[in-house]
Amino acid sequence: MQLTKWAMASTALLVLAGAAQAEISGGVVKIGVLNDRSGLYADLSGEGSVVAARMAVEDFAGGLDVEVLSADHQNKPDVGSSVARQWIDQEGVDVIVDVPTSSVALAVQQVTSDTDTAFLNSGAATTALTNDQCAPTFVHWTYDTYALSVGTGKAVVEGGGDTWFFLTADYAFGHQLQADTAAVVEANGGKVLGSVNHPLSTTDFSSFLLQAQASGAKVIGLANAGGDTTNAIKQANSFGIVQSGQQLAALLGFITDVNALGLDVAQGLTLTTGFYWDRDDASRAFAERFAEKMNGQMPTMVHAGVYSAVAHYLKAVAEIDDDGGKAAVDQMKTMPINDFFATDGKIRPDGRMVHDMYLVKVKSPAESKGPWDYYTILATIPGDEAFKPLAESTCSLVAN
Amino acid sequence: MQELLGIPSPLLFGQLLIGLINGAFYALLSLGLAVIFGVLNVINFAHGALYMMGAFVAWLLLTYLGIGYWPALVVAPLIVGAVGILIERTMLSRLYDLDHLYGLLFTFGLALIIEGTFINFYGVSGQPYAPPQVLTGGYNLGFMFLPAYRGWVIVASLLVCFGTWLLIERTRLGSYLRAAVERPDLVRAFGINVPLMMTLTYGFGVALAGFAGVLAAPLYTVSPIMGQNLIIVVFAIVVIGGLGSILGSIVTGLGIGLIEGLTRTFYPEASSTVVFVIMAIVLIIRPHGLFGRPRE
Repeated sequence: MQLTKWAMASTALLVLAGAAQAEISGGVVKIGVLNDRSGLYADLSGEGSVVAARMAVEDFAGGLDVEVLSADHQNKPDVGSSVARQWIDQEGVDVIVDVPTSSVALAVQQVTSDTDTAFLNSGAATTALTNDQCAPTFVHWTYDTYALSVGTGKAVVEGGGDTWFFLTADYAFGHQLQADTAAVVEANGGKVLGSVNHPLSTTDFSSFLLQAQASGAKVIGLANAGGDTTNAIKQANSFGIVQSGQQLAALLGFITDVNALGLDVAQGLTLTTGFYWDRDDASRAFAERFAEKMNGQMPTMVHAGVYSAVAHYLKAVAEIDDDGGKAAVDQMKTMPINDFFATDGKIRPDGRMVHDMYLVKVKSPAESKGPWDYYTILATIPGDEAFKPLAESTCSLVAN
Repeated sequence: MQELLGIPSPLLFGQLLIGLINGAFYALLSLGLAVIFGVLNVINFAHGALYMMGAFVAWLLLTYLGIGYWPALVVAPLIVGAVGILIERTMLSRLYDLDHLYGLLFTFGLALIIEGTFINFYGVSGQPYAPPQVLTGGYNLGFMFLPAYRGWVIVASLLVCFGTWLLIERTRLGSYLRAAVERPDLVRAFGINVPLMMTLTYGFGVALAGFAGVLAAPLYTVSPIMGQNLIIVVFAIVVIGGLGSILGSIVTGLGIGLIEGLTRTFYPEASSTVVFVIMAIVLIIRPHGLFGRPRE
């Protein structure tokens, strides 16, 4: 109630003053970075995403007052949505950024679309965000399960890995990733021999690995993330699975996971990523500035995506002088994205930001020249191939 | 191919062996908890954090001092044990007269502080730690490939478990300890320094956790959150075995490892829950656990 009164009063004042410019609510653009700051995704998003958002604000020269807030959603949907609601209702936050963990992202999507707040997601994977649950205030920036499966799945099948067995994290994200990848494998002439669902945060994978080994599949697809992926890879190595001719395909791997495994164990893995710091001069320049503020840690694709999304958002808001969620996102959709992250990136009506993805191979210790020198880029996957075609979208904003 | 219970028998034997290996590991961890509870009456929630500390100390020794796996196997538990003694002397010993809940809350808070500190400095993704050279590779047993390191884990865990059981059940020192549990006042009257015994017991219990941490370092990623999930399972094992029962925790640890291994074959989705289902059943039928005696 009070808020409405306040809004009415200030609107009246504006009308009286005859000012047209003050469409920035509260006179300041507030960016809320909401992610995992203490759990298993804290290294791939966490503080790094806040640093990336601040860097984007520092680099922005559009004459806006900008403030960056941050909070921990603890990978719990209820915590995520209540922080989002509080930020929007009480702090006047205009845009929520990052939000890894698909289940939390879906919960936050509900809040931001109800309140006309922009939501730029970098950390979550599920394609549901731009399909059944799409919203006009939403942009999915960095990657999704479809892009991961297209990149890694296709490359592995073409390389001769045509029979698959999946180790799948037993929740929405894992099942979606497995389904997407299985479709790609079969479309390219491969076969899926079986799968096993393991509980989230499993420490010991040996039983599951034995089942995968017994299946006789050429490829073991890891439809999981973070610590589950690194533990599975490390243990597959000790059980001689790779040495005996089976190949591992980590469907979602971040550079922080490779760092945790060490190149001895991770070498030879094929991954799909939206960003690699050592790709060109622009990406290196960003990464070096980032690392300076992060004790030498190089940015993950999630961090880079946060910078790119915030920079693009601020440009759009400055252009139209309005920080309403739908208005800002509509404006973002009209502008191409050209920075160290994306070349001619574009945001589709369903909210999917389309940009090139990269198929990379993890270097051997001998090939690596120093810390964080981990990937060789095998191929660039053009954005139109990497992401699900708009014609197949089930988003209500797309006229199919 | 021969089949047993609907799955090929080589696969079944493999799963049983893996279950046994994990079980040996569970036994080692739950043993430390059981010893601490038996003697101090403290439910040590910091056990998982100290297990993590053991793994981290091994990693720190290797990274910064170049000290390898074998010395770390001795040094890391000693360091963790010393930290435990410091904790017991300065803080925990003040809570003995209060309700169990205070010890539990204190150690729970302590676990959060220890984990938070490591996360602050090293992040959550973890650090790589390779097994020692002689234990790389493995043996082909016909029905499965056994990594040499896993073989070593089962041998080391069982030796330490058996040694601890001998120490407590079959030596004079052990008899003092058991007597101090029953009647601390009487034991003190015989001129035995009971507070010192308690301090050393806590140090020993957490050193066991540190030892398990070093064993785990080459198996899993060395990460500040590696103890979080494990500790809950280990607690359930101690409850099933009977709070404070040494033999109970060893036997139950091995048994739960086996059952978990089988669940991963027949119904993998339930593999992280099966131990709690068993715990609930045991609590209904025998509230003091399989090997525990009812306390007065």
